[in-house]
Amino acid sequence: MAFISSGYNPDKPMEDRITDIGPKKYDEFYPPIIAKNKGKWLYHEILEPGVLVHVSETGDEVYTVRVGGCRLMSVSHIREICEIADKHCDGHLRFTTRNNIEFMVDSKDKVAPLKEDLLSRKQPGGCYKFPVGGTGAGITNIIHTQGWIHCHTPATDASGPVKAAMDVLFEDFVNMRLPAQLRVSLACCLNMCGAVHCSDIAILGYHRKPPLLDHEYLDKMCEIPLAIAACPTAAIRPAKVDFEGTKVNSVVLKEERCMFCGNCYTMCPSMPLADDVGDGIVIMAGGKVSNRISAPKFSKVVVAFLPNDSPRWPQTTEVIKKIVEAYAKDANKYERLGEWAERIGWERFFEKCELEFTHHLIDDFRDPAYFTWRQTTQFKF
Amino acid sequence: MAKHKTPLLDQLETGPWPSFVSDIKREAESRAKNERNIEYQIPQDVCEDLLGVLELSFKQGRTHWKHGGIVGVFGYGGGVIGRYCDQPEQFPGVAHFHTMRVNQPGGKFYTTKFLKDLCDLWEFRGSGITNMHGSTGDIVFLGTTTPQLEEIFYELTHNLNQDLGGSGSNLRTPSDCIGQARCEYACYDTQALCYNLTQDYQDELHRPAFPYKFKFKFDGCPNCCVASIARADMSYIGTWRDDIRIDQKAVNAYVGGELAPNAGAHSGRDWGPFDIQKEVINLCPTNCMRYEDGKLDINNRECTRCMHCINVMPRALRIGNDRGLSILVGAKAPILNGAQMSTMLVPFIKVEEPYDEIKEVIEAIWDWWMEEGKNRERLGELMKRQGLQKLLEVTGLKPDARMVQEPRANPYIFWKEEEVEGGFERDINEFRKYHQR
Repeated sequence: MAFISSGYNPDKPMEDRITDIGPKKYDEFYPPIIAKNKGKWLYHEILEPGVLVHVSETGDEVYTVRVGGCRLMSVSHIREICEIADKHCDGHLRFTTRNNIEFMVDSKDKVAPLKEDLLSRKQPGGCYKFPVGGTGAGITNIIHTQGWIHCHTPATDASGPVKAAMDVLFEDFVNMRLPAQLRVSLACCLNMCGAVHCSDIAILGYHRKPPLLDHEYLDKMCEIPLAIAACPTAAIRPAKVDFEGTKVNSVVLKEERCMFCGNCYTMCPSMPLADDVGDGIVIMAGGKVSNRISAPKFSKVVVAFLPNDSPRWPQTTEVIKKIVEAYAKDANKYERLGEWAERIGWERFFEKCELEFTHHLIDDFRDPAYFTWRQTTQFKF
Repeated sequence: MAKHKTPLLDQLETGPWPSFVSDIKREAESRAKNERNIEYQIPQDVCEDLLGVLELSFKQGRTHWKHGGIVGVFGYGGGVIGRYCDQPEQFPGVAHFHTMRVNQPGGKFYTTKFLKDLCDLWEFRGSGITNMHGSTGDIVFLGTTTPQLEEIFYELTHNLNQDLGGSGSNLRTPSDCIGQARCEYACYDTQALCYNLTQDYQDELHRPAFPYKFKFKFDGCPNCCVASIARADMSYIGTWRDDIRIDQKAVNAYVGGELAPNAGAHSGRDWGPFDIQKEVINLCPTNCMRYEDGKLDINNRECTRCMHCINVMPRALRIGNDRGLSILVGAKAPILNGAQMSTMLVPFIKVEEPYDEIKEVIEAIWDWWMEEGKNRERLGELMKRQGLQKLLEVTGLKPDARMVQEPRANPYIFWKEEEVEGGFERDINEFRKYHQR
């Protein structure tokens, strides 16, 4: 493995340096039919799950076939996507915000061969490489974070639970039987790179044990004042601690104040929270980002903890499936999961989803908590 | 023969959904075979070791990645996230496994030529594993070594005319919805605005000078497909202020069952015949619609543009012609003091190049936040700490009832001296002439 230079000269880093050029301009990549009809689209229609047509005032039509993708993707897989796009779509494609891939063609007769090609490609274990679906009143791809594949703070994996959940929810990826779209998202810790806090169903990794304190190294690896300032509940204070007979500068913890957010660990690597038993999954439900009918909503915690039962997280997928089925059975047409829960009342939600309501689900975090308690005599038996 | 046994991960290679495990194995095999005789610049077995370390996490229930180190490219403070494995002896291929964020194109449209060029570069100088895309929107190159960072950056900028994205306390890579490129609901050109601001604020994007991260997201309409209202410090959401355009003939085609409601989104179940009263009129949040004698009537002045009727009958109803966007500010995920949605700041602004009016708002907010924001305080948290009034003061925007859900329920107004006739200076002796002690 010999080092091959790109042309960069480490002795003169500024020589021929190009910086601040930003991304490629979007219109370099538009398929011709998109470039021609931009801003002129009249309407669209979902012809079947995963297949859309957009019709322009020029009379042009663009047909889109949407397929699910793992956001974790190899260059071999991307090259295969390119091969398909070269064969069917004149070398153009796009990705969606939710990690789906969209292949666009300019006439209807090109749809069936494209779809057939996509569905014929499978991985060695039989998984679809390019499942067609993810449109309309169904479940589209799960957006997610890195998890154990690349992150230093996760309380669960990301790609693993997503694969397990999408296998269980697959019928609703390729179908449109639900009352409205249902968005599932996963964040492997509450930093929420994935911003799952407004999803119909959110899978959230969470710790349940306070940080370990690596007294031997804490003062050497961390700025103690930053670690203290990082704690939102003032559970950490500076202290001289006995370490193998000598006094070292470190911190002590008021464990009953810890809410396990992990912010201290972000600032100080000598305070790790990760634990095989302590870590696991919180299920939240009823959020949305759309302004349609009702205002955007935060997701609410409906299951306080489920263990990391890898590799397939059966307890997590079972809860999700139960919520989806109860919603599918009971909600009105167009009603999002959170709108349904609010209409029937959260007491009914727990009953219909067969979930236990425990004390963990009552908010006790600062002022907003009060506004989630019930200040009316109206409730359901 | 695989380098590490992965009995747990292997269980994720069945079922209908694409398997990331099979995909990483495919890349591992491809590198082992090396049919194209590539002089790999990082360990050839990087993918094997990635599977190995992931299997260990699956077994133990804990991650094996350490905090990022300070790595990057010269002159930038963002775009590269250092990552080291905490079991380097066992998995030397991923001992150094840094991430590079590559600023994605607007709307995430690609040519295969460009994607293949990226693949060639990343196979040669990195792990060959990516995220398409990261949560913020970037193309994520997952896993390379420190000496390759400058080389990759050089090749990106010199050969592909492509820059890195943001990370750390800077402007994060802005992202947009598909917009007018292929959506009839888009009220402005999300890609044009996103691109313009990204280019204008390259310095803020590459060189961390902010108290914390700052996100721009561009949604073409209130359906909010890129979730700007939930996760952007500044959310740009398309809207209009005139009338919804109605095609009465098409309305009756929906009523008559000739057109499928909601663009066919509900075809997986028999919901019975379309009922415009039940499915549109009664669900309108402002009750501003009537359907009588075969004619749909909308009281547009009362409409709050929730998009429901348009979503249900896209062939009959279209967004208005006097379009622009609303700017909402301050969204963030829960860490630390709870999640926040963006709050309405500018109800309506026209979207016209060179977007000076929009930039004035941005820069006034940044000035305030950079002056007053504490270390790692998001804009939304500063707003909570100093109040919405303060934000109006620094942006010079007039208070507007559209900015709140309701007026305050307490009278604890922080009156300023200049607002009260005669000021706060008073004479206690004068007061005592009329009021005994």
